[in-house]
Amino acid sequence: MAYKQRIDGRGFDETRPIEAKVGVIQRADGSAMFKIGNTWAYAAVYGPRNLHPKFLQDPQRGILRCNYNMMPFSSSGERVRPGGSRRSKEISLVTEKALLPVLDLEEFPNSVVDVFIELPQTEAGSRCAGICAASMALADAGLNMKDLVCAVSLGRVDDKLLIDLDYSEESYKDGPVADIPIAMMPNSSKVTLLQMDGEISKEELMELLEKSRKVLMDIYEVQKRALKEKYHEVEV
Amino acid sequence: MMHRELRNHIIGLLNADIRLDGRKLTEYRKPIEVEYGVVKTAEGSARVKIGETDVIVGVKLDVGEPYPDTPDEGTIIVGAELLPLSNPEFELGPPGIQAIELARVVDRGIRESKALDFKKLCITPSEKIWMVIIDICPINDAGNLFDAASLAALAALKDTKYPAFDGEKIDYKAKTDKKLGLEKMPIAVTVIKIGSKFIVDPDIEEEKAIDARLTVSSIEDGTLCAMQKGGDFPLSIEDIDKMLDIGIEKAKELRKYL
Amino acid sequence: MSKIIAKDKEIAVPGETLAKGMEVLPGIGTCRDGENIMANRLGLVMIEGRTIKLIPLSGRYIPKTGDTIICKVVDVSFNGWRLDTNSAYSAMLSMKDATSDFIARGANLTQYYDLGDYVVCKIVNVTSQKLIDVTMKGPGLRKLKGGRIIEVNPHKVPRIIGKQGSMVVMIKDATRCNIVVGQNGLIWIDGEPLNELLAIQTIRKIERESHLSGLTDKIKEFLEKNGGKLTG
Repeated sequence: MAYKQRIDGRGFDETRPIEAKVGVIQRADGSAMFKIGNTWAYAAVYGPRNLHPKFLQDPQRGILRCNYNMMPFSSSGERVRPGGSRRSKEISLVTEKALLPVLDLEEFPNSVVDVFIELPQTEAGSRCAGICAASMALADAGLNMKDLVCAVSLGRVDDKLLIDLDYSEESYKDGPVADIPIAMMPNSSKVTLLQMDGEISKEELMELLEKSRKVLMDIYEVQKRALKEKYHEVEV
Repeated sequence: MMHRELRNHIIGLLNADIRLDGRKLTEYRKPIEVEYGVVKTAEGSARVKIGETDVIVGVKLDVGEPYPDTPDEGTIIVGAELLPLSNPEFELGPPGIQAIELARVVDRGIRESKALDFKKLCITPSEKIWMVIIDICPINDAGNLFDAASLAALAALKDTKYPAFDGEKIDYKAKTDKKLGLEKMPIAVTVIKIGSKFIVDPDIEEEKAIDARLTVSSIEDGTLCAMQKGGDFPLSIEDIDKMLDIGIEKAKELRKYL
Repeated sequence: MSKIIAKDKEIAVPGETLAKGMEVLPGIGTCRDGENIMANRLGLVMIEGRTIKLIPLSGRYIPKTGDTIICKVVDVSFNGWRLDTNSAYSAMLSMKDATSDFIARGANLTQYYDLGDYVVCKIVNVTSQKLIDVTMKGPGLRKLKGGRIIEVNPHKVPRIIGKQGSMVVMIKDATRCNIVVGQNGLIWIDGEPLNELLAIQTIRKIERESHLSGLTDKIKEFLEKNGGKLTG
């Protein structure tokens, strides 16, 4: 049976409802919340701050450190054991690489900018939600950045190409599935994160990449609005 | 003493009956907010804000084997992670002593008050029991995590519903309407001693300058169910007397938010 | 044809196109990308003639030579003190810059500045690697005794100080508090308890409303309205 209609009734090019807010963690230098459907991410930025041990320091520029973590109760199945897994370490790494191209930390040699991403609740697309939150938090922290970073998962379920897979689609059993998280700098359309698991033809993938631009621009608008709202509230 | 000047200043203010932020000595920050069911993936959850302090507690249920000495009782497990997201001084890594103490204090308040009837958590004696796993995650630590986490843990338990269980496997997606059910409402109030004065609900600045703290957990009728003394300075019997009075009194006030 | 897209005094986010064309010039916080001028950070748009720039609204303090800052003593070594500057970098206060008193070799340096003490000092040098030297020699530079320290957004410090110090003088007069504003976002306040609180509330109000027009009048009004209950 072909995949005719999405389980939650959305269009194939449509994301789940998105909510974003900036400045949600007062103790952080920058912070943001990003929610897409049932996936919910917080990001806090601390720094630039002193970096120890010294051998980690880069005398030319500040370094970026990201940490992605799922809260123990954030999965709909069993409790997630705290302390990080191989999966969360890998996601931390690709998140760092997704954000680094927009950041200019030359003004801060030997220092570190720490980004902590925490997910209270997840249902597919958590790394993308984390990246969206982190990019807003970095802007909120007043760092030099040439762009924001927007992320979403693309995918294929059976013979359909679609945007922002949810859990039921990721685990669809009656046909081939592909899950493709992507992050992009919206103003230059350059890709900073691309992963995939599943099966898809090159032609289908290229079609999806083309489709993703519009959705990512919509996410960018949400991020922009959230950033402006925080400072608008403050200024006016 | 890195915070000598701060401590002196706080004492000067307390002698004039005022706190750094203008509060009275035994006044909690405002607003206090309790929000239930914030995390859909948990069997129960709550978010508590006391002023700028913001904590999420989630409850997951699992089926396990009982301890041999209590074959007909379920159990609770409390974990706390001091997330580096919530405070610039927290670091990544396995829970340190601060996190362990926080988890233990919350655990004892619930366990010793018999807020949960462990016998009701038994599925098949000597074989299967419910394990109630409570995880504390601060979002913003602006002081007094003890009281915020204790309140959030109790609220999360109040929110908890059993998932479907067919005798073999849990179906986490199928939630039942059956509530965990609370027998008692233990509330923790941490009373702080600075100089000769007592305060509640310290902010970050005040936490740096404390001499001693006493976390007092009590139930509805004022019966004490757990205590924990912290801080580097000793307490006199008279101090403890006063701190217990404050703790029991303030618990009544906090209980109204549940 | 050049065109300014951004509006004066609006918030711009990183990557946003602020203007098109070569006649508009990129100022602080912006950069040129071909024909376009883009925002390089989050900030408030300021259009000054042909130049478009961004005023930072957030971000940690960046040490600059000549700044007067408030620091905490975090380490005492055999030849000086290490100070926390409320930035990513600590500063060094050497014995020769610490006091005009003669310090004997091997003297106990904590009798001058002890761990946890706050001092007002001036940055004399910042190297490319952000090694910072400060001095205590100069008018107003001293150890801060008593009082309390609050932290504010360092980007709001100029508004808290006001033109030629007018704003802070107004708060000092109204609250009878001693106040020292460090450019690194730390402020020291010492006065009667209620007066201190009013001074802090006023500073927080300036921090929140720093870009409103007529701020000085609003603050004056606020101080007059709330000044009645003051003591001393």
